[in-house]
Amino acid sequence: VTTHPTGSVPAEVTREDAGAPLEELARRCRALLGDEAVITDEARRRTYECDGLAAYTVVPGLVVLASDAATIRAVVRMCNDLDVPFVARGSGTGLSGGALPHADGVLIVTSRMRDILDVDPEAQRAVVEPGVINLDVTAAAKPHGYYYAPDPSSQQICSIGGNVAENSGGAHCLKYGFTTNHVLAVQMVTPDGELTRLGTTAPDAPGYDLLGAVVGSEGTLGIVTEATVRLTRAPEAVVTLLAGFRSTDDAGAATSAIIGAGLVPAAIEMMDALAIEAAEKAVACGYPDGAGAVLVAELDGPAAEVEAQAGEVRRHLDDTGAFEIRQAEDDAQRALIWKGRKSAFAAVGRISPDYIVQDGVIPRTELPAVLRAIEQVAHDRGIRVANVFHAGDGNLHPLVLFDATEEGATERAEEVSAQILALCLEHGGSITGEHGVGADKAQYMPQMFSDDDLDTMQLVRCAFDPHHLSNPGKVFPTPRLCGERPGRRSGAHPLQEAGLAEIF
Amino acid sequence: MAASPRTTDAAVLDELAATVDGHAQEAGPDDAVAGVPPRWVAAPASTEQASALLRAAARLGLTVVPRGRGTALAWGAPPRSADLVVSTERLGRVVEHNPGDLVCVVEAGATIDAVNEHVVTHGQQLALDQPLPGASLGGSVSTTRSGPRRLLYGTPRDQVLGVTMTRADGAVATAGSKVVKNVAGYDLAKLLTGAYGTLGLVTRMVVRLYPLPRARMWLQAWYTDPASAAAAALRVAGSQLAPSAVEIRRTVSASGADVFVLLEGTGPGVDGRARRLVDLLDTATQTTDIDTEEGDRLARLAVGEDDTLVKVTVPLTGVGAVLRAVQAAESRYGAPCHLQGSAGAGVLHVVLPAVDRADAVPAVVADLRRVAVGGSAVVLQAPARVRALVDAWGPVNGLALMRRVKDEFDPDHRFAPGRFVGGI
Repeated sequence: VTTHPTGSVPAEVTREDAGAPLEELARRCRALLGDEAVITDEARRRTYECDGLAAYTVVPGLVVLASDAATIRAVVRMCNDLDVPFVARGSGTGLSGGALPHADGVLIVTSRMRDILDVDPEAQRAVVEPGVINLDVTAAAKPHGYYYAPDPSSQQICSIGGNVAENSGGAHCLKYGFTTNHVLAVQMVTPDGELTRLGTTAPDAPGYDLLGAVVGSEGTLGIVTEATVRLTRAPEAVVTLLAGFRSTDDAGAATSAIIGAGLVPAAIEMMDALAIEAAEKAVACGYPDGAGAVLVAELDGPAAEVEAQAGEVRRHLDDTGAFEIRQAEDDAQRALIWKGRKSAFAAVGRISPDYIVQDGVIPRTELPAVLRAIEQVAHDRGIRVANVFHAGDGNLHPLVLFDATEEGATERAEEVSAQILALCLEHGGSITGEHGVGADKAQYMPQMFSDDDLDTMQLVRCAFDPHHLSNPGKVFPTPRLCGERPGRRSGAHPLQEAGLAEIF
Repeated sequence: MAASPRTTDAAVLDELAATVDGHAQEAGPDDAVAGVPPRWVAAPASTEQASALLRAAARLGLTVVPRGRGTALAWGAPPRSADLVVSTERLGRVVEHNPGDLVCVVEAGATIDAVNEHVVTHGQQLALDQPLPGASLGGSVSTTRSGPRRLLYGTPRDQVLGVTMTRADGAVATAGSKVVKNVAGYDLAKLLTGAYGTLGLVTRMVVRLYPLPRARMWLQAWYTDPASAAAAALRVAGSQLAPSAVEIRRTVSASGADVFVLLEGTGPGVDGRARRLVDLLDTATQTTDIDTEEGDRLARLAVGEDDTLVKVTVPLTGVGAVLRAVQAAESRYGAPCHLQGSAGAGVLHVVLPAVDRADAVPAVVADLRRVAVGGSAVVLQAPARVRALVDAWGPVNGLALMRRVKDEFDPDHRFAPGRFVGGI
């Protein structure tokens, strides 16, 4: 099974003299870190040529396996000396090519930095290295009755460093928020090679919320070397409901009814018939027979509250046409319900040789209209689309199915995928809810943001990384020339011009 | 930077007024910003007018201080210069409310009360507490104000989904979106939250709404010593009862302290939780179900003009140490201290009523910084004679990067110069 991007593969630009600084960098890295942590062999470098978005491949010029913050700082400083770009990589599970390497650059891999440095359940904090696996934070906190709330589907293998870079979400962010709401402080290496701290263990650190800008900046503002994260108290009770509906319209109406009643479930997930078919073939999750859509709704919290709310949710499901409602009796049943949902991406491999995983967001109330429009767009191009989504917050994951061996199918699938993003924007949404922009969607940023919007975001980039060494080419379609000051060209006052002269 | 001496004051006013339908005037005594009198006040009624106004201000080289309803103008250091106050009072509309999406688009000058009046008809709320009543959304966000309910709902940082700003050069930029979930581009809303207007003028925001809880209950428990109160608050914060607020309050010269807990949810749910909470609070002295309005008043900060207000943040386990430090400071320096705040979040406010000895405040602040390990103690408000003696912000992580961000957004340092950390 391969996944395909929504756009064309970026060209590998190779400078003629690129070999020289990279060779020098490799020599210096070996001297500092030893041969074992520095990979120059082409076949071994090739194993890092992509992240979770396998259709984009670039063989990194050099790979360094970092062991600590000091190593990363040293390598970044060398990059500055030699004008070599660098890309950070955690577990490499990202789905937007955010960790796509640079052919003339160094890939700094943090997966060896896997120490959980502190777990303080009373203070509700843990301090971890960037390579620590998401689920391992929860494992460390669980004996104390706590867990780490952000739960991307890849949580068994994805790293906290990658989560911080991508501002990862997950099914339960409907109630608990995203990575950005759970990171209090980081230690990071800035693009110019300074080791710095942002934020504090306590909330509301004084000064600009630079941490809020760094989380989700996709590695373009530096490399996080340590993160202080919030631990969340495990809920006393969890109720997981599975409801079968005749159509996605009915399931959507159920979602609206639940939210409209003022209930805030921890998660509300939806799958359509095609996604259910795939999941059944892959993991035999035993979802209701003949369902045109299923909803998975989970409530958690104090037992007295969950009990009261679960009854209400069941009533709404019933009222909106659910023909079957199941409630998980134990953890095993709960796991089976979630297995169907969490396996959905990979499962479509059972019903289609190739597919594109799309990630877009719409206002929840636009769900029926957008689903119909997606169906039309797909139908017009003879392409099937399976829909899996976080219905509670309008985050769609349409899976565009195709057979690459069929002539023109890849192009048509990519068209459908691009059209889906256009639909999301047309309905007031976003081109990405959790997978990030990365290399994949930089081309779509101008559809969502104006030149001034992008220019203003890049002011932050210029403050952190004026030489564009940190993960260049990601997020923004056109790099801003730092030092350039648009908007100041016309009619400046003479005094101001005098002031400006000092700045330039 | 002062206005050009070659431009007369009347000409400046004309130029400013032309951008805002004539809503520009000479400043009066009530327009002072932390004691610094501005020269002009202008009130744009749209983002377009704000852009035109700020372009004019850039042409004229004027320093600019954004102002909402002016509730927190005494917070932050006095600006080094304030030629022009840009008031958002005419930017007060609720632009769009999509009840089904629990999202609202609001102009920055709208008061939190006005937003709530608008959305309450749909059983929804903008769940931001107001330490200073009557505040605009823009002002609350720019000074990142919060209250008891931050424990459940978070702060402006968590609730602002999108932002439209006008930069110092007049360019208009939008970041974020109208959906709850969005990771496209940098999160400029967070950068502008708590920036005290030093990076630009926010004219519009997209905020997240929450359903109004059907049932609410405040419980109050009194402890004869601060350590027991802090321990009780920590127990509740670490419980599975999911409180919306865990507050602690120690009034001036009190030997003990109160803990207040807010439960929100369904009727049966709240009743069930309340019974267990009483056991957890575990105090023989008293545990009472208090009037909801009285509980909600905990969100208010009673700070007089000559009082000093210090915001202290600590890891949850550090709340007890702050209480002890406050108690010790009273006897050591003769400085009466009132403490209240979210023990559940680790964010406390200490109010030092005006005293003859201004030098007591720096001593108290130094003690607070010593105990606020992993947090901070920031002097939000203080009379000039106290401010002159104290480092208001204390140590700030990442200050060098902050200066670079300021230089990029406002290269001439015309926006609220000097009001922020490190003289930014």
